Amino acid sequence: MKQLLEKYKTANKNTKRDMLNYLLVLLVFGVVQLAMGGGLLTNSMKGQLVPICAYVVMAISLTLTVGILGELSLGHGAFMSVGAFTGVLFTMMNQESIASEPVRLLLAFVVGTIAAGVMGLLIGIPVLRLNGDYLAIVTLAFGEIVKNVLNVLYVGVDGTGLHIALGDESRLNLQENGQVLLGGAMGITGGKKIATFGIGVVLILVALFVAQNLVRSRTGRAIMAIRDNRIAAQAMGINVTKYKLIAFSISAALAGAAGVLYGHNYSAFQAGKFDYTMSIQVLLFVVLGGMSSFRGAMIAATVLTVLPELLRGMEDYRMLIYAIVLIVVMIFNQSPKAQEWRQTIVEKMPAIPFIQKIKTPKEGK
Amino acid sequence: MEFLSYLLTGISLGSVYAIIALGYTMVYGIAKMLNFAHGDVIMVGGYVVFIGMNQIGLPPILAIIVAMGVCTLLGIVIERVAYKPLRGASSLAVLITAIGVSYLLQNMALLIWGSTPKSFPSVVSIPKITVGTLSISGETIVTIVVAALIMVGLTFFINKTKIGHAMQAVAEDKGAAQLMGINVDVTISITFAIGSALAAIAGALLCSSYPLLQPTTGAMPGIKAFVAAVFGGIGSVPGAMVGGILLGIIESLSKAYISTQLSDAVVFSVLIVVLLVKPTGLLGKKIHEKV
Repeated sequence: MKQLLEKYKTANKNTKRDMLNYLLVLLVFGVVQLAMGGGLLTNSMKGQLVPICAYVVMAISLTLTVGILGELSLGHGAFMSVGAFTGVLFTMMNQESIASEPVRLLLAFVVGTIAAGVMGLLIGIPVLRLNGDYLAIVTLAFGEIVKNVLNVLYVGVDGTGLHIALGDESRLNLQENGQVLLGGAMGITGGKKIATFGIGVVLILVALFVAQNLVRSRTGRAIMAIRDNRIAAQAMGINVTKYKLIAFSISAALAGAAGVLYGHNYSAFQAGKFDYTMSIQVLLFVVLGGMSSFRGAMIAATVLTVLPELLRGMEDYRMLIYAIVLIVVMIFNQSPKAQEWRQTIVEKMPAIPFIQKIKTPKEGK
Repeated sequence: MEFLSYLLTGISLGSVYAIIALGYTMVYGIAKMLNFAHGDVIMVGGYVVFIGMNQIGLPPILAIIVAMGVCTLLGIVIERVAYKPLRGASSLAVLITAIGVSYLLQNMALLIWGSTPKSFPSVVSIPKITVGTLSISGETIVTIVVAALIMVGLTFFINKTKIGHAMQAVAEDKGAAQLMGINVDVTISITFAIGSALAAIAGALLCSSYPLLQPTTGAMPGIKAFVAAVFGGIGSVPGAMVGGILLGIIESLSKAYISTQLSDAVVFSVLIVVLLVKPTGLLGKKIHEKV
């Protein structure tokens, strides 16, 4: 403990900030554990714990793409679904061969994360040559493709091994004792709920560790240089495509890990769960969190998932309010006029140190 | 014969995509932004026509004209309130705002009209034509004819009128256009107005052929129309037309011969392939980046 404290004191500003994020996650974990012990959490709140962890990891993942890489992905739900489906299929298939549940789940995380990461790489190679709006649309298209394919994909297992078919369950040609694992539009049924809040928090910490260390590394600086000015970065000898690919596939892999966690929290789920709406919701977390702040995105993800639980009566208006908040925040934060206005306020009130601290965001592209 | 009928369905669907794609392409050309909410303006147009015909009892043509008015107004308001303050901001910021607007429209429609799909009465009263074993529905004919008329009218408007020239100038260089005395704000508003009016027509035609109206009706056709616009070369009016019709044919044929469930996946794969091979689209101009 003492060593840790010493380390904190001598660390530079950025490291301190990063460490604060880990502490924050641990603190929330501790508070929730205490609340659970004291019986303060309702059942529906308890049910939300693992999804919240998954959303937080998604928020970290999308912050990497939107905030750090500066590209918009509207298909992050698809990476999540790739992770969820491969991860859960893996645990279902290896129920007997891997006896230990934690080991099975750990391997599922590895498999799901790699699958989503590879998917990110594959889609990134053609797509990252495009810029801005095109990229957003292609990721959206990619999300739809994944959803469509998963909706007609059938996977079953029997004595002879794994069967995969498109379109119809009968095409699986399963033997009599065979079991259908993935039933097209029916999705996965008969999965085991083995994800816990503790595992979720560990995953958040790991995701945070990966993301923050990436940002503070040489690679991360290259990625942010590309975000701030692609042409200047290129002129400095930075390989734009390579660094974009690195950021994008790491982001996809993290989304896959979130999917594995999410999938293991339900006994049944469909591809439709990870559609465009999911991608937009995660985008909202990132935007409200301040676009490039991991901490902000994590807080936004938590608050926006807990709030609807508390405000039950507002259910009908929730999405409407989300939309309005998204527009207002964007205009307030990004419009040149609003930035000017904020600058004048800062200049008018030099006496208040708090206001002096508020920086105006950097100029847009 | 079967093939021909699928082809005709495709051309008809493609004509609707083309009309929507025109709205995307014009706005993209001039404001350099992707108006994500365009698809949802179609949905609003559809609802207005539905209310006009079913609840007020207007004749179809009048209902469509009212819808065009409402959508024009909506388009201008969206542009003024949401997009104009962000002129000069990063394209990412504008795009996220546009997504917010799209979501706002969908959820307002959900609150006003509910989530139950409404069955849309056809705006076309022409009986179907039968040639041999091939039967062509009135909707198909009207859609194709209307799309062709719009195409001709728009080309004329852009190339022959003063406002059209102003639009071209703003698309080319906003700053220089302003120096020439063109009111850029008004020109952009007019572009949004035209695009939105076209969206109302597209909404009526789309719902006549596929008579299910719900708050998310516009989202998918909107995205596909954007794919069509990119396919044909974004910023190019004939490109939108060609892209739209080609996309409609691809979708219709893949529905018929590959799989109904996978037709969307095929359409989107086409987009990815097109962007890979020819990122500027079929008829798009190559834009050189200035440093």
